[in-house]
Amino acid sequence: MDREFTCIVCPKGCHITAHDDGTITGYTCLRGLNYVKQELVDPRRTLTSTVRVNGGQLRVCPVKSQDTLPKDRVFDVVAEIDKTSINAPVHIGDVVIENVLGLGVNIIACKNIDVK
Amino acid sequence: MIYRDLVIIGGGSAGLAAAVSAYDNGVRSILLLEKSPELGGILNQCIHNGFGLHRFKEELTGPEYAARYIKEFKARNIEAMNETQVLKLHEDLKVDVMSSKLGLETIQAKAVILAMGCNERTGGQISIPGDRPKGVYTAGLAQKHLNIDGYLVGKRVYILGSGDIGLIMARRMTLEGAKVLGVSELMPYSNGLNRNIVQCLKDFDIPLRLHNTVTKIIGKPNLTAIEISDVDDNLRPIKGTEQIIECDTLLLSVGLYPINTVFTEGAHGKLYAKTKGAFVDQNLETSVPGVFSAGNVLHVHDLVDFVSMEGEIAGKNAANLILNGRKVVKKVVEVTESNNVGYVLPNIIKVSDSTDSVEFSFRVRKPMKRGEIIIRDGDKVVKSIKAMDLLPSEMKKVTLKTNDFESYNHLFVEVKEL
Repeated sequence: MDREFTCIVCPKGCHITAHDDGTITGYTCLRGLNYVKQELVDPRRTLTSTVRVNGGQLRVCPVKSQDTLPKDRVFDVVAEIDKTSINAPVHIGDVVIENVLGLGVNIIACKNIDVK
Repeated sequence: MIYRDLVIIGGGSAGLAAAVSAYDNGVRSILLLEKSPELGGILNQCIHNGFGLHRFKEELTGPEYAARYIKEFKARNIEAMNETQVLKLHEDLKVDVMSSKLGLETIQAKAVILAMGCNERTGGQISIPGDRPKGVYTAGLAQKHLNIDGYLVGKRVYILGSGDIGLIMARRMTLEGAKVLGVSELMPYSNGLNRNIVQCLKDFDIPLRLHNTVTKIIGKPNLTAIEISDVDDNLRPIKGTEQIIECDTLLLSVGLYPINTVFTEGAHGKLYAKTKGAFVDQNLETSVPGVFSAGNVLHVHDLVDFVSMEGEIAGKNAANLILNGRKVVKKVVEVTESNNVGYVLPNIIKVSDSTDSVEFSFRVRKPMKRGEIIIRDGDKVVKSIKAMDLLPSEMKKVTLKTNDFESYNHLFVEVKEL
């Protein structure tokens, strides 16, 4: 059966179809084609969340996965982040969790937070 | 009294970009006023990614996007006054403020840029029948509690309105352990971006009910359930379609509106009914000479990139006014929205010798697969371009380049469905 996708790479949100015969139609840029190719074999998502901060001007710091994670492991990674806390000061790009759950992706800080 | 050439009200994405741009265009005496202790505005709580694709050609989270501008702002040593509330803006460009540092103070400016952003519409404004329990939040408030204060407002959540903040919160609360039971959207189409429907709802099997709304709020003192109903083509609830959903939290994602009380009450500025923002010319100068407006306080945007770009335009034009004075206006051309267009900015074009290009921002009133964007002077078409996938949730821009602005009388922007 043909599979329908809405591309999430950019706000345009192209409707892309992956046909039974292996052809892919409806994409308007190469990134869209690659998104659907990836989605067919191994769907991945970028995760953003927050991590607790000790001694900072703010209680939590926004974090993100430095690269995309396997979609079915996202909840596991959130659980890891919830177990973690970091100490102020925090700088954008600081590694919060290295190679989270052995997935080959770091969780990094997205905000500068000074000491209280 | 304090004297500054340029006062910017609001330290979010529009205000920061305006300050940097005014500085780079030669103004040195700038004061940016911000009510909260931190610069960056609403971006600070928008921790999801997807910001900056236009501006920086990469995908950033909200705080990262804000940090880029804060860095530019600080590198120029521009003065910011945090924890400062503007009480009144006067027509003669005096700004009364209350600040934690100075107490009550008045600042006399040569130009002012409004960059206060927008507010969320609340439950009261859409008046849902039923009880008034705890547990009903605007989506943005729940977002602030989770992403800045660090706590989840509820465990069983329903969302009214398919605006992007609601969709983003559906995902965020799901990831943090809440059960999001569904999203109701009054209109037959979603108001959020397609990508958010996919990655925030479909990824988590959260149902989106179109042509459906919350018809009753139940619970005292805490929310225990809501009643939802389908609506007919006139958006009235259909009897017999009611469904009760047990939940402890209702998020409202039912629209945003510019905050312009300072502008209208103090300076008697003129608003444009369609946007609730200022009535502006192509330089983003309002009906009050010397007062400019940019970002969500002018019209609600869907992408921060365009907010920054608008801030830059306002900053540059305010700098021009401060340093070079006013240009001779030879003619004023009105601009009005027409068929299938909900609103268009600017409202007027002040034609001077150097007017050779005007960028129009507009939104369509209904989704259209294919359309033709037309700018006409009276009945005479002056520009037309074809466009695909036009949506009310996506602001569109079209630029008219010509040395002929003086020949126009009244421009209309419309979209013909193809």
